[in-house]
Order: sequence, then C-alpha cells, then structure tokens
Amino acid sequence: MGTLTTAILAGLGDGAVYALIAVSFVIIFRATGVLNFAQPGLLILGTFFTSVLAVDQGLPFWVAVALAMLIVAVISMGVERAAIRPMIGRPVFSTALVTVGLFIMLLILAFRLFAARARTINDPWQLDQWCLVQGEARCSIVLYQHHAGKIVVVALVLAVLGLWLSRSRVGLAMRATSLDQEAALAQGINVGRMFSLSWAIGGALAALGGVLLAANGSVVQANDALFALVALPALILGGIDSLRGALVGGLVMGIVSALARTYQPVHAPWLGPNFENVAPYLVMILVLLIRPYGLFGTKEVQRV
Amino acid sequence: MTTDTPAREAQDSATSRLTGQSRSLLAGPDRGRVNRSAVRGRPRLYTSYGRDSALLNSPAKRWWTLAVIAVVLVLPFWLTRDLTHLVSVAMVMAIAGIGLNLLTGYAGQISLGHPFFMAIGAYTGAVVAGEPGSIVIGWELDLAIALVLAAVVAGLVGLVVAPLATRVRGLYLAVLTLGLLMLGEQVFKQWASVTGGSGVGRAGALPVLFGNDLERTYAVGPLLIQPHVSLYLLCLVLLVILAVAARNLARSRTGRAFAAVRDRDIAAEIMGVNLLRTKTLAFMLSSAYAGVAGCLYAILIGRVTPEQWNILFAINLLAIVVIGGVATISGSLIGAAFVVLMPRLLEWLAPWLPFVSTGSGGLITIFQLQSILFGLLIVLFLILEPRGLFGLWHRIRTYFTTWPFSY
Repeated sequence: MGTLTTAILAGLGDGAVYALIAVSFVIIFRATGVLNFAQPGLLILGTFFTSVLAVDQGLPFWVAVALAMLIVAVISMGVERAAIRPMIGRPVFSTALVTVGLFIMLLILAFRLFAARARTINDPWQLDQWCLVQGEARCSIVLYQHHAGKIVVVALVLAVLGLWLSRSRVGLAMRATSLDQEAALAQGINVGRMFSLSWAIGGALAALGGVLLAANGSVVQANDALFALVALPALILGGIDSLRGALVGGLVMGIVSALARTYQPVHAPWLGPNFENVAPYLVMILVLLIRPYGLFGTKEVQRV
Repeated sequence: MTTDTPAREAQDSATSRLTGQSRSLLAGPDRGRVNRSAVRGRPRLYTSYGRDSALLNSPAKRWWTLAVIAVVLVLPFWLTRDLTHLVSVAMVMAIAGIGLNLLTGYAGQISLGHPFFMAIGAYTGAVVAGEPGSIVIGWELDLAIALVLAAVVAGLVGLVVAPLATRVRGLYLAVLTLGLLMLGEQVFKQWASVTGGSGVGRAGALPVLFGNDLERTYAVGPLLIQPHVSLYLLCLVLLVILAVAARNLARSRTGRAFAAVRDRDIAAEIMGVNLLRTKTLAFMLSSAYAGVAGCLYAILIGRVTPEQWNILFAINLLAIVVIGGVATISGSLIGAAFVVLMPRLLEWLAPWLPFVSTGSGGLITIFQLQSILFGLLIVLFLILEPRGLFGLWHRIRTYFTTWPFSY
C-alpha cells in the first residue's frame, strides 16, 4: 500500500511535467496546426540557460528560470518567423518535417553548448523528502519535495494560462485564431502576431518543462532532450488539440511510468530494464486502437 | 501502310472518322511504325501508345540511363575499397528510401518507424544466414533465402501493424510509428538470442550467395572481383530491380490508388478505391523494401546493435525522401547518395573550413557540422524547393529542353 501510494505520488509529480510539456505542444498546435517536433530542442535550451544563469552567474533560481523562459521564448519566436511562417498553406506533413529539421539543429546547438559536460541547475528541492506516513522500520509513504514542487508550479502556471486564455482580450484573439484563421483575420485580429505569441508561449512552457524535468536531484546532459519525447504519448493520449486532454494524458502517463518503474522489475523482469520509458507508448497504442483521436481530441470532420 | 482488303480499309476510315484515330496504327504487325525520316530529329514524336507510356520514353532518358549504368558498373573497379563500401551503403539506403517513399511520398502515410522494419529485415537475415555465436542463433543458410525471408518477414510484420496504422491518420500516425520504434528497440534489446542484446549486437548474414562465398576473390576473365566489389554488385542489382519495380508500381493502377489516398482519402474511397487494402498494401510493400535494405545494411556495416535503429536513423531516412524529392524514385536515389556521401565530402572539405575542428574544442566539430547541415537542408528544401533535389534537376532540365524559350 505504501509502495503504491509512493509510486502514484511520484507519478503525479512527473506527470505534471509531462502535462506541462504536452500543453506546450498543444498551444502551438492549436494556433498554427503544427506538431512541433522541435520542442525537445527548445526544452533543453531552457534547461541550459537556467543552468548557466543559476550556477555560473549565481542568480536566484526562480529569476534564472524566468530569464531562461524569456530567452527561449525569443528564440522560439525567431524560429517561427524564419522557418514556420513560410510554410503556411503547405501540407501538414511538410511543416512537421520542417520542425524535425529544426529539432536536429537545436539538439546539435545544445550539444555544442553543453560541450559534453553534465550540468546542474541548482534547484531548491534537490533530493529532500517528506515522510507522510511513518512505517515501523522505515518511512512507508515518501513524497519527494521536487515532486510536490512540480505539481504546485505546473498547477499555478496552467491556472494562469487557462485564466488568461479564457478571460483576456489577447487570449480570446488566440482562441479565435485557433478556431478559424481567416475568420479571425476578418475580425481584425493580427493572425501573424498570434502565431508568434503562441510559439513564444509554447517555447517558454517547454523551457519551464525542461527545468522541472531536470529538477530531480541529478545532473542534466544534452542527451536528456530526448526525454521530452515522452510527452508525445501523453499528448496523443489526450488528443492532439485538447488542453484538458494534455493535462489528463500527462498525469496518466506519469502514473503509468511510475507504476512500471516500481512494479515491473519485480513482477515482469523479462520486459527488461528501463521499461518505464516505453510503457507510455504501449498505453498510447492501445488507446489509439480504441479511440483514434485520443481521449479528448476533436474528431476531424472530413469534407470532400 | 497495311495491305488489307478494301472493306477493312473502309471500316478503318469510318472508325477514324468517328474516333479521330486510325485503327491501322493500333493493330497489325506494323503498329506504331512510321517512316524513320518522319521521326528523325523529333525525339518527342510518339507514334504508338506503347512508346508513349514506356519507362524510358525519350532518347535522352535512354542514353542517360545507359551512361549511368555503365559508370556505376565501372565505379567499384576504379574507386578505393573504402569508397566502394560507402557507395554500397548509399545504394542500400536508397532501397530503404524508395520503400519509405512508397509509403510516405506516394501513399501519404507519415512513418517515423521505418528503421524498425529495417531492423526486422536485418535480424531475419542474420538468423537465417548468419553464423551462430555463444548467445546468438544462426542457421547459415544461403543469402538468397535470407534476402527473400527478410522481405517476407518484414512485410508480414508490416501487415500486422497496418490495421493499427490505417485507423489513425496524419500526425497521430507519425507519433504512433514513433511508438513502434521505441517498443521495437525495447524488444530488440531483450531478445538477445536474435539480436545479441543491448550494446553488444551481432554480425549480419554471411554473404554466401547461391553457394558462392562472396568473401573470396573471383576472377571473371581479366577482372578480379574482390569481396567488396561483389557486395557492391549485389546491392546494385537489387537496387535496380527494386527501383524499376517501384517505378512501375507507381504508375500502375495501384500507384494511382496510392496517390488518390494521399491527396484525399475520403474522395478516393468514394471513387471506389479500397482504403483499407490500399493503405495495408503500402505499409506491407514499404516494410518489405525496408526488410531487404536492413538485411543488406547489416552485411555491409558488419555489426548491428539494437540501439542504432533509433529516431535519428528515422530522420535520416526521412531526409533521403525529402531532400531527394517526395514521390519520385530517382529522387530517392539522388537523396540517398547525397545523405550518405555528404558527411564524407565535409570531411574532405574540413581542412579548408577554418571554423571546423576535428577534435574537441573549436567552434564546431565535424560531426556537429554534418548534423546541423542536415537539419538546415531539410528545412531549406521544404521551404524553398519542396520537390527536393529531383525538383532542382527537373528545373534545370526544363530550362534546357525549352531553350531558347525558357523563362
């Protein structure tokens, strides 16, 4: 019982980060119709800049995170302007491939910046833990502070984002753009600016996701960008264009992954080490078999 | 031209008046033949439907194809062993690229999971025709059997996966196939008796073709065929066969069904194209191509590990399709040559590029430069020339064929 609860708490903590990264995919997808495979690259750059600012420059952690998010948002806007804007009106497939090309470029940039060294990000939680229920010999339900911190940060950010999207004037314009670009244009909305804005937000969220992903008491390397791909099954599970789906998908995948990490080595060792990294993909494939558009995704209406 | 009865001639002229075509050109022993003097200097004048729809339908194409085949046949005897090997790899990647192009370019189904099918081909080949080791199994059968089985097994796995893939569309499919790749990697890492296990890997099939050990040097007349040359020739023969097959498939009824599904699948279904069957066929064929390519790739590389069939490999394959030219077979050939040979070209150029270092330090290493250029080229080609290198070639060709009226 204690193991299960501990696993689920850890899963919720990791799942919150997956949800955040999945939301960053959704924001960009809704506004521009692009599944941005370059997101892992933006994410690892966010982690790198946080590390530089917090460790090398000695800034307070949260200031460093905010600055890193800002830098990545600017990079992201530049990428959108240079590589994605010319692709408007082209097939979805081509645009997705452009982001694959961007992914390689950003990844190599990250490799160059990290220069084959592992870095720390100096997060305030490190490996501290709380003991929620004390067992006889040792602690029976453990909650790592970084998991709690992740849940709180993601909840705050998503709440602010949701409120801003639903209440503010710009948020309304963004939702209008994602609903119908031409109609939005006709209403006097600057659609190009909305594209930039959505990429900036997507990039900033990815950067924050990268920081939270790295905040687990260990070091971070350029290769860790590939961990961001675990947000893809979460995204697909929820449905590619649904914010609520991204949140649910992220949490589910976090729990699936944590349960696999806890129980699979004992009960199904033949599945091999690191099975928790592929378990989300298995769940995704099973769900897609039943619901081809994910749990909350909009079913495409086909016109001929 | 024909010496028929007057009645027949009358019927012919009646038909030609009604349909605007002459029956004497369509039937009879001389069909489509006209006086040579009428054709001379007019290469684009077709006098029969058969000539018009031929694979190499212009003298220029025929001569160029002959020239390319001649050059490619002479190449291994002239190049160093190392470069011959590299060109062989390029040809194998071209086979894989053609397979992916059938699925992604012609049938419009994005797949990031193609290396998974290549791996299946590689391991099938290694088990059927490989050497048994301390942990790995190998039956040491003939390479001909291994190649056929590699195609069949990969095709069958494609057939099993296809129903899953036909349910989902577009970007969902891209992520689904990525999931396939991840799951496959996990399975390959665990299944050590077939794959040699994580980080260790195993050798590919033994190159024993029809009882002839290709590891030995053969003398054919005055020519000495060394092992690397015979492997090269094997890859070349398979590439030519598979490329011509794919080219013909693309312009057949099936190929047109692929294109219809790509352009708008619902419309295709309404026109009577069986959507499920077409998508399944595309998946199966492209997997079979990948299987053959994987088997050859393992032989050429010498040792394959479960980790190398990863997303970066998938991106390489997509780059072949995109940089070469989507939905063109010759584009896949150009793309594969470009993608495989470009790193070597950069290595040669490296001493002249001041900002590149071969070790660590410096602004950028040669490997990083290669990868960045790769990404940049994918982006630039998609933005500026969506038809890829083939499109560039096409533009140049059109410029000269329409000269002096090209604009």
